[in-house]
Amino acid sequence: MIGARIVGAAVLALVVASCAETPPPKKAARPSVRINDNPYPSTYVRYPGVPTLIRGATLYDGEGGRIDDASLLIADGTVQAVGGPEVTAPAGAVVIEAAGKWVTPGIIDVHSHLGDYPSPGVESHSDGNEGTAPARPDVWAEHSVWPQDPGFSRALANGGVTTLQILPGSANLFGGRSVVLKNVYARTVQGMKFPAAPYGLKMACGENPKRVYGGKGGPATRMGNVATTRATWIKAQEYKRKWDRYDAVGGDIPVRDLAMDTLRNVLAGKIRVHNHCYRADEMAIMIDMSREFGYKIAAFHHAVEAYKIADLLAKEGICAAMWADWYGFKMEAYDAIQENIPFVDKAGGCAIVHSDDANGIQRLNQEAAKALANGRRAGHVISDASAWRWLGINPARALGIDDRTGSLKVGKMADVVLWNGDPFSVYTRPERVWVDGALLYDASNPRRRPVSDFELGQPGEGDVK
Amino acid sequence: MIRLLAAAALAAAAVTPASAQTIAIVGGTVALGDGSEPIVGGTVVLRNGRIVSAGAGRRVPAGARIIDAAGKWVAPGMIAGFSRLGLAEVDLGADGADDTEANGSPFNAAIDIAPSINPKASTIAVGRADGVTRAIVAPSAGRSIFAGQGAVIDLGDDLDAVMRPRAFQFVELGEGGAGKAGGSRASAFTLFRNALREARDLAGMRPIAGSAGRALPRQGDDIPYVSREDVRLTGLDARRSDDVLLTRFDAAALVPVLRGQQLLLVHVERAVDIRNVLRLRSEFPALRLALVGATEAWMVAPEIARSGTWVIASALNDLPASFEQLAATQSNVGRLRTAGVKVAIGMIGEDDTRRQRNQRQNAGNLVAVSRIPGASGVSWGDAFAMVTSRPAQVMGLDDQIGSLKAGARADVVIWSGDPLENASRPEAVWIDGVAQPLDSHQTKLRDRYRDLTRRDLPEAYRR
Repeated sequence: MIGARIVGAAVLALVVASCAETPPPKKAARPSVRINDNPYPSTYVRYPGVPTLIRGATLYDGEGGRIDDASLLIADGTVQAVGGPEVTAPAGAVVIEAAGKWVTPGIIDVHSHLGDYPSPGVESHSDGNEGTAPARPDVWAEHSVWPQDPGFSRALANGGVTTLQILPGSANLFGGRSVVLKNVYARTVQGMKFPAAPYGLKMACGENPKRVYGGKGGPATRMGNVATTRATWIKAQEYKRKWDRYDAVGGDIPVRDLAMDTLRNVLAGKIRVHNHCYRADEMAIMIDMSREFGYKIAAFHHAVEAYKIADLLAKEGICAAMWADWYGFKMEAYDAIQENIPFVDKAGGCAIVHSDDANGIQRLNQEAAKALANGRRAGHVISDASAWRWLGINPARALGIDDRTGSLKVGKMADVVLWNGDPFSVYTRPERVWVDGALLYDASNPRRRPVSDFELGQPGEGDVK
Repeated sequence: MIRLLAAAALAAAAVTPASAQTIAIVGGTVALGDGSEPIVGGTVVLRNGRIVSAGAGRRVPAGARIIDAAGKWVAPGMIAGFSRLGLAEVDLGADGADDTEANGSPFNAAIDIAPSINPKASTIAVGRADGVTRAIVAPSAGRSIFAGQGAVIDLGDDLDAVMRPRAFQFVELGEGGAGKAGGSRASAFTLFRNALREARDLAGMRPIAGSAGRALPRQGDDIPYVSREDVRLTGLDARRSDDVLLTRFDAAALVPVLRGQQLLLVHVERAVDIRNVLRLRSEFPALRLALVGATEAWMVAPEIARSGTWVIASALNDLPASFEQLAATQSNVGRLRTAGVKVAIGMIGEDDTRRQRNQRQNAGNLVAVSRIPGASGVSWGDAFAMVTSRPAQVMGLDDQIGSLKAGARADVVIWSGDPLENASRPEAVWIDGVAQPLDSHQTKLRDRYRDLTRRDLPEAYRR
């Protein structure tokens, strides 16, 4: 129990136990403890913005819609209006004439290790893989994130990334919990946390776990990976039964287990599964496993063979987060094709462009552009605006935050990028980036360019990057 | 693409081999690769594996097969400015499929990468289909700061990839070199000096019988291998056996470096490391150097310019990825160009075994950087030259490859559009005038799985 946060009776009243179908036994004590599901809550507060009207731009709304000669009005941290020239600026609003420019929702990267593998990439900074046992769902990526990673600023200024999921690495079958961040520097990781974003659980199949543990007591094979993963879920089911029963009817307080807390919340549908998996056959096995134990996979990550089972992924409603053209760097990436992303899209699936890379995160729009062009050549008829779903609403959906960001709809967070040209062109860069309506990057204003603590006083401090 | 290739195949059915035909590619936007801006409505003529002419208003020879490239771009094939192409089929967890590094070898500088290059590697097919027709290929350093001798290759679909073996020696003198040298840059530079001194001592010895009177050896491997017995007979090297670090073969391989006959590529990132490398010339004046990586080069740009040293830059490094890259910025190349430094683009450490496609994306991004207030990028023509003629110039091969100048080898690509754009793809590729296949493991998988409808036989029967 040491270190476990037990919340008192005051919080108890806030927690709803679904015990309607379980009549309380006559003499059991009422549950006296509840597990706090959010002990490291977000303290993020949006920065002030000024009402801003961007007009004359080409707008991709992130859900497939396109408006030419578009107007976008943001104020009070949210999107106030999206439309054509008829949208007017309220008194005092900043008006940006953006003819020849593009407006999109801020890019969301569902697969980043910024902060847990920060720059400089020295040994002391290597905080992404708790590679000490194959099942470590007890670790939380947010406890590794260094909020001063210079990489966040590059993702913002060069990449137009406004939201990102930081995942533990893939050394482990259960790598731990992810954390979703607003790409806004803060003194603490809590200060960056996307308010009330669901947690994710990083799982991994394939080569990495067996490579790491093959010489350390196993698992050493893919079948070993699956067996260990299943055995862990069996424990989680038992843990969940104990705690569910306790929450409903009280009695002896079950032993608390951090790893099992996470898995219990997955089984309860509160934590989303982000499953690192390359090969089609392994993804199919993981889908069956999710049925065996009663959880849902939100997204397969990397998924280089998603195209082989694009129909299955679409049917299951599982997103695939992919690279445009990474291939061959290991055996499970050997069958990568450059049409993977568009083929998943074509099958009706939820395609996402992800980075997994501190450089790639600066060019997700370009990666999407490559995939889009390759898809068209292979016969997939799709508009540019529709392809922006791969960077907008689809990743938001995988993270469970699509009700608040990922597209430019009235009432949503004003996470916006103004590009100095067509964002699918290699010659285009962000001109300005807003997060929750606050202008946090402006290419023409060096004072609107974040410089992390690490870079102060170093060669190149405050340079264009 | 299919239309063009079909046309090429039809024409190839004639008695003359493809390379002997005269081909005129007309109506396209022509990029010469020499740093100039593209020419709309240009003509490119190739014959016998060479460029006959390229540019606006060029005559189409009588009898030439005419390829209409209206709406397309025509350009020299790209050259990977620094790569490990053809060395590794798979990078991780596939023993035997990776020849980039020989950590267990007793040799270092003497290693000649040529036998490691597999012309049938899937990475070469993928690179070719993306318009890369030549590559500078370097070994990775194993136990020594000296990685060995790299080659210039072509990406043609045949077994003769190596165009120029032992084109350069490659050495690590930054953070990586410090690690190989036992832990410090000081040790790396000491090892380097010692190695060149051992080479100098060796070079002073009389060549063994049979090779006397020959011109100075052109490449490291041409240096006479002097056996221990020969040395004892000549008596000129009595002390070598108990006071040397390099094997005789390794020392011999450094003789052409010492004499400036073989180019030395040096991987360094930090500004002061670059300066220290340039100053090695005060001790070894004949050294011909080119810097690889050079993330912080902008800080010492005037000094590099004055020295005339080439930089094979990693174009988009902008993270303080290590303590030797703290001043990283995507304006590095632009600032170097402004200072008059000669720059090509390479990809050391950036998936250099296989993702040469990114080199043109990186070049395009340098143009994008020129549109950011306060940043330094380059023009389109300059950017494109950095992935075509400039790498050729570094290797002293610009009379043969990297541009569409008359007489150059006919490495020509017809692109669907601007070759630096994300959406563009090659529609036809010639290397030495030979039309190249553009399919690969990847395209075959794409075609097998593009329709997932169940048929009468499993997918394994579709090809």
